[in-house]
Amino acid sequence: MDIFLQQLINGITLGSVYALVALGYTMVYGIIGLINFAHGEVVMIGAMVSLTVVTSLLGMHAPLPAALIILVALFVAIIVCMTIAYGMEKIAYRPLRKAPRLAPLITAIGVSIILQNLALMIWGRNYLTFPPLIQPTAHNIFGASMTDLQMLIVVLAALLMGGLMFIVQRTRLGMAMRATAQNPQVAGLMGIDINVVISAAFVIGAALAAVAGLMVMTYYGIAHYYMGFLLGLKAFTAAVLGGIGNLAGAMLGGVLLGVIEALGAGYIGDVSNICGFPLLSDSMQQQCAASDGQVSLFGSNYQDVFAFFVLILVLIFRPSGLLGERVSERA
Amino acid sequence: MSNAQARDQTVTAHGRSKSIPPRVWAGVVLIAVALAVLPFAAALIGQAWVRILNFAMIYVMLALGLNIVVGFAGLLDLGYIAFYAVGAYMYALLASPHFNIHLPFWVILPMGAGLACIFGVLLGAPTLKLRGDYLAIVTLGFGEIIRIFLNNLNAPVNVTNGPQGINLIDPFRIDGFALSKAGPVLGIPFSGPQKYYYVLLLLTIIVIVINLRLQDSRLGRAWEAIREDEIAAKAMGINTRNVKLLAFAMGASFGGIAGGIFSATQEFVSPESFGLFESIIVLAMVVLGGMGNIPGVILGAVMLTLLPEVLRYTMEPLQYALFGRVWIDAETIRLLVFGLALVAIMLLRPAGLWPSAVRKRELEVARAPEGAE
Repeated sequence: MDIFLQQLINGITLGSVYALVALGYTMVYGIIGLINFAHGEVVMIGAMVSLTVVTSLLGMHAPLPAALIILVALFVAIIVCMTIAYGMEKIAYRPLRKAPRLAPLITAIGVSIILQNLALMIWGRNYLTFPPLIQPTAHNIFGASMTDLQMLIVVLAALLMGGLMFIVQRTRLGMAMRATAQNPQVAGLMGIDINVVISAAFVIGAALAAVAGLMVMTYYGIAHYYMGFLLGLKAFTAAVLGGIGNLAGAMLGGVLLGVIEALGAGYIGDVSNICGFPLLSDSMQQQCAASDGQVSLFGSNYQDVFAFFVLILVLIFRPSGLLGERVSERA
Repeated sequence: MSNAQARDQTVTAHGRSKSIPPRVWAGVVLIAVALAVLPFAAALIGQAWVRILNFAMIYVMLALGLNIVVGFAGLLDLGYIAFYAVGAYMYALLASPHFNIHLPFWVILPMGAGLACIFGVLLGAPTLKLRGDYLAIVTLGFGEIIRIFLNNLNAPVNVTNGPQGINLIDPFRIDGFALSKAGPVLGIPFSGPQKYYYVLLLLTIIVIVINLRLQDSRLGRAWEAIREDEIAAKAMGINTRNVKLLAFAMGASFGGIAGGIFSATQEFVSPESFGLFESIIVLAMVVLGGMGNIPGVILGAVMLTLLPEVLRYTMEPLQYALFGRVWIDAETIRLLVFGLALVAIMLLRPAGLWPSAVRKRELEVARAPEGAE
């Protein structure tokens, strides 16, 4: 039970980061139907920029308080990420809005490669470690431990998601976004500047990505120019799991994916332990005897398989995701 | 260029009619001669370039296989490399000291194609209901699952040898005549890659011919109908389930064959070669060349194989010439320029470098009302 709770806590922490990134995918997809493959790289840039800011601020003679350093880093990262997202939409996606559906997908891949290699040029190929700015203290919750860093991540993510929901549901910009998602042409006729709305979706998504980047960075303590790829992939999976284009779905999918992964990694070893089976070959029995009866068919290195497997299962039974609307075949 | 295009169009349009103008024959002969002497011309620059040519042909097969799924049937597949991996590992396991099995390649290649075909159906069957981007992400997940299994199936029973991969894979060998070794054939000295070149060329031509015939077949037209409008296709009496499964299966089997060849030419496989990035590059070849148009896809595959290599050899000297020193190392700048090229080509030619006539028309029709407004 302790393991269960512990993995649940780890899963929710990781899942809220996935959810933040997934929101960026789902917003863009909901409005222009594009899989923005470069979004994961924006998270990476956010992490890298905040790392640079933090290390340079720490290097000063009179060090600032940790909270202020983090805030400054976050601010700079958000600005940089927003600029990048705005630029990439304007240069790489906007001219292709009327092009065949796969054309912007290829430019997205191109942008992703460009951002990755720019980061490689600036920050090098090595793993960068985050300076120990915050010393997380662990709290005991029903036998499992949760650090205050984890709490901060979950609470901040929840606040940001609430804020996004407020923007989308209650403000004029949000209304314009929903209208554009419904039908861009009609929205345009209603006097909405579609270009502004689409840029806003990219920029807001990038801001969330920057925060997610800083979160990942502080949580794991390392960053790498290639980190955006897998993170983006997971977040995109989360968005699809929840029903792509649906904001609540992206949040649900993100948290769910994090929890599934953590629980999968925690239990898959025990579940697939083969030592209890009869009819084992001699060499297998020797292996079992040598390792205290713990020979698993699948170890925790299969945790990614787990995530994708659940995704495939969900989509087979609910072809448009958990919260996705059933779209009619002809739009 | 326009001349060559016109020539090719006559070939496809009147392929079955008896009267082929002598101009076309001259063109075919010219291309054949060029392809025949190409490995020797490339060897003048370096044997590495012959290898790159061989790679280009493997990618042509892969891209043509993916083109069946994405270009003909309109099903977006982001995990296509999984079938390539299946073919490659099939060959590696059945022709290497790993299990000490050494079957000849003409036995394994069809088996690899068959296994990849089964995997194609395995992927296709549960995903028939999915549409568009949902299908894309499931295929992507499938590709990753295959790769992760290849990476981890070394314990508790060692099947794939994990991340280290499988070494010392047998090259193509016909009765003691190994393709990997240099040696004279009919008195002409051949290097290993040059021998492979001709075998690969033959296989590639077979694959191209099969694809051309498929496109014009009843099945090819059914795929096209599904791509354009699935419901209408169904109403016309097309069994969409079987036709879609066939697209997955046939695309996959070409990937399996290409994988087997890859294994044999490299004599080494590891899971690293089968990541998502590879899938995406093959998709880029298809889209950038011109989805659904076979000459376009071939062009895309050749270009995207050669471009990074050309950049690898030219970017450092270029920086020397311009700035007197190397600012950015070759590997980074080559990928950077590659990314820029992908963006630039798509912006300039959204339908691909060499789109099929139908697509081109569609795009013009789609744009026309915009201009009329």
